[in-house]
Amino acid sequence: MDTNSIKVMTTPADLTPDDFRKIGTDEKEAEVIQRESISAWRDAWQRLRSNKMAMTALVVLLLITITAFVGPLISKWVHGYNYYSNDLLNTNKGPSATHWFGTDDLGRDMWVRTWKGTQISLLVGFAAACIDLFIGVIYGGIMGYFGGRVDEIMNKFSEILYSIPYLLVTILLLVVMEPSLGTIILALTITGWINMSWIVRGEIMQLKNREFVLASRSMGAGSGRLLFRHLLPNAVGPIIVTVTLSVPNAIFAEAFLSFLGLGVQAPIASLGSMINDALTGWLYYPWRMLFPAIVISLTMLAFNIFGDGLRDALDPKLKK
Amino acid sequence: MVRYVANKFFFMLVSLFILISATFFLMKAIPGDPFTSEKKVPPAIQERLYEQYGLDKPVIQQYVKYLGDIVQGDFGISMKMINQDVSKIIGQTFSASLKLGVVAIVVAVIVGVALGMLAALYHRRLIDNVAMVLAVLGIAVPSFVVASLLQYVFASKLHWLPTMGFKGPLYYVLPVAALTAQPIAFIARLTRSSMLEVLHADYIKTAKAKGLSWMAILFRHVIRNGIMPVVTYLGPMTANIVTGSVVIEQIFGIGGIGKQFVQAISVRDYPLIMGITIFYGILLMLARFVTDIAYVFVDPRIKLTKGKEG
Amino acid sequence: MEPILQVKDLHVSFQVKGGEVKAVRGMNFEVGKGETVAIVGESGSGKSVTAQTIMRLIPSPPSIIKQGEILFQGQDLLKKSIKQMEAIRGKDIGMIFQDPMTSLNPTIKVGKQITEVLIKHQKMSAGEAKKQAIEMLKLVGINNAEARFNQYPHEFSGGMRQRAMIAIALACRPALLIADEPTTALDVTIQAQIMDVMKEMQQRLGTSIILITHDLGVVAGMCDRVIVMYAGEVVETGTKWEIFKNPQHPYTKGLLRSMPRLDQKKGEPLIPIIGTPPDLIKPPIGCPFAARCEQAMKICERIDPGATVFSDTHMARCWDLHPMAKEGQSS
Repeated sequence: MDTNSIKVMTTPADLTPDDFRKIGTDEKEAEVIQRESISAWRDAWQRLRSNKMAMTALVVLLLITITAFVGPLISKWVHGYNYYSNDLLNTNKGPSATHWFGTDDLGRDMWVRTWKGTQISLLVGFAAACIDLFIGVIYGGIMGYFGGRVDEIMNKFSEILYSIPYLLVTILLLVVMEPSLGTIILALTITGWINMSWIVRGEIMQLKNREFVLASRSMGAGSGRLLFRHLLPNAVGPIIVTVTLSVPNAIFAEAFLSFLGLGVQAPIASLGSMINDALTGWLYYPWRMLFPAIVISLTMLAFNIFGDGLRDALDPKLKK
Repeated sequence: MVRYVANKFFFMLVSLFILISATFFLMKAIPGDPFTSEKKVPPAIQERLYEQYGLDKPVIQQYVKYLGDIVQGDFGISMKMINQDVSKIIGQTFSASLKLGVVAIVVAVIVGVALGMLAALYHRRLIDNVAMVLAVLGIAVPSFVVASLLQYVFASKLHWLPTMGFKGPLYYVLPVAALTAQPIAFIARLTRSSMLEVLHADYIKTAKAKGLSWMAILFRHVIRNGIMPVVTYLGPMTANIVTGSVVIEQIFGIGGIGKQFVQAISVRDYPLIMGITIFYGILLMLARFVTDIAYVFVDPRIKLTKGKEG
Repeated sequence: MEPILQVKDLHVSFQVKGGEVKAVRGMNFEVGKGETVAIVGESGSGKSVTAQTIMRLIPSPPSIIKQGEILFQGQDLLKKSIKQMEAIRGKDIGMIFQDPMTSLNPTIKVGKQITEVLIKHQKMSAGEAKKQAIEMLKLVGINNAEARFNQYPHEFSGGMRQRAMIAIALACRPALLIADEPTTALDVTIQAQIMDVMKEMQQRLGTSIILITHDLGVVAGMCDRVIVMYAGEVVETGTKWEIFKNPQHPYTKGLLRSMPRLDQKKGEPLIPIIGTPPDLIKPPIGCPFAARCEQAMKICERIDPGATVFSDTHMARCWDLHPMAKEGQSS
């Protein structure tokens, strides 16, 4: 075979020389930017918004919160009672037109009490989560930022604290200090912040060797500025997720304490204490348990689903 | 390896010591003493009582004695149940709690792993979706709600299972179901995500490229690596089940330690509260210790990295 | 040369949200016995998909093998059952992957990961397999093989792991070895060592090799023939010398210009190919390279060019090689 003879491709017959004219570079779009670049936050928000489950959970949470505050007011306007006014002629009555969720053993309106209880549970949940956040961010930030010896000692300390079963510590504390809203929140946060501190520590440790931090450091930024201006804002995603997921934990823990008689004390009620009160006669008066149980389950469910959705949205790498 | 175990063991002892000390001093910090709340007792008897319980000595001396007693397995004497050793009360009630707990742990691991594996293998299909909805429900719905609901439906309404008590195999069903709902959900999620990670790992592709059958890959490569994280959860799960049993025993009227604990708290029987708290503490820290050790055997990588925490 | 592998008109797609990514669009090539063929192209050009399709390793869904034949020793692999494929993988065709850090199971001893293949395909006893595995470890240049046999992957360095991967892939003396970017994740010095091991093993065992790479430097070292892929198509094939000394396709020329050479004149810059490959959900109707091509002509955007054959081995697909191209430019 003659290697010099080039075998030309078969071509369609209707080609003209004009087809072989070069196109100028301006006619081409070699470097078309495929997608509009969007900021990380807007990106996360878009991902979150497209997650139907998470958005439903958010709406449910908002509805529960709004009802928790508006619900009792409605009853007050319509029927004129509040969460401790008892109607001894109507004890343990099922749901009716006047008592939408029925009444309890003291004839108190369950609708009002359920939403009052929701307020308390949410308050406990948020307050505990905020304190956890505050302590956890500072403690974890220091551990992560300074590293080395400081980190080692502080980390060991938190590990030891963490290894003590936290509900036991909480129970002990509340046995000693009389349970009140304040002591309950305090007891819940006594070890609750540790998880947050580890999250923050991990994030900071990862971030602090990144180029932008090194750059900032080399330009003479101080420790505080670095930590609060550069490191923490970049660790905000995991922090938000942890807070979101720690609220239902605190709500559950308070409910659990109520079971031991260590939750909020009468006449205040939380969802947990109401469920505990309802336990004795619950096979006969199921509504007394049912409504608080539904609300607490729904709240925790919504927080968990929303937290998961938030995590997926903020960290697309984790998304499966 | 020996160093690792010794390290973990020492760590456990320190934690335990702190828990015991904290318990002791917290109890001492309670204003007044256990007898002030009772009806007026003649001073002579009060003194006798003080002497009997060693309350007349300085706090430090009491503390040292308490530590020594605990090492010997003596948790003191109950204040409300006449002449009852705390350790005896614990011993009597522990068997019911132990049975319930062990069954619950076994059930949680088997069901949780199975559910998680199915979900991963049928990723994004019906089984996966159903399993994950169940898992979210299991995590979110508090155990006492699950327990009450199960009791209402299956015992009170349908009469399929006994409502209360702990007398035979059937009595296990509802408490175990309520107790394991959350651990099962956790294990299922953990197993699923770790299995999915393993299924997409490069070494699974290598295994396929070797010509191994899917079954061989599944058993030799996927499952072992996939359930590894579950081992780390065994410690926290034990804690979860132990604390959960406090409530569950109460709801189902099971005469275990949990129920005893609730009673002790309600009548403020301090030695009993302390005793059970410390007993629980020992139990849970032991579980954690065993978990840490077990993990070394399952994951060969850990020997080099010297203790993966968290 | 008697071909051991013939790929004919292979089309592979991926089902994704926005449609169907046509990752491989009509691949044709052959691999002769004992020959080393490189498939070169940038990421997303379909070279890895081709390799994994030969092994039937691409997950389906999302991937679909639309059409084509893969004849291995005369038999169409695409018609094999799962069981039949399992008997071929690891035994007749071995494969090594890009990242040795993740390609070995971290919880199983390296030795066992080698014996696994031997026990499966050669029906060896555990003892025989161990002896053979240690032999393989020695062959790929791992010192102290007996001790290494009982170690876990994390106790191996990156280069050693890739050697172990080669030992696994070649344990059953397969007729064909597919190496999917075997050196990309390794240090430059280790890269050369791994290529040497592969070359040596090839000479010893007479294995044919398909080397997937984006690194033309690797190609120059050990390959006989080169297949240049772009956007799921073969744009040029030729012997190593034809491709290096006489590249015909603008993309091949671009690749060569962007690669540092020893004979480079001082001050002569490396020229990158600007732009990005086309979106293969909607592949261009014309030449896929047209959008990035300096020589692009009107026809390039309308019709995908056919093959222009320069020799038995050398072929390129570009309108610029058409006789009418000169007329068009002079007019």
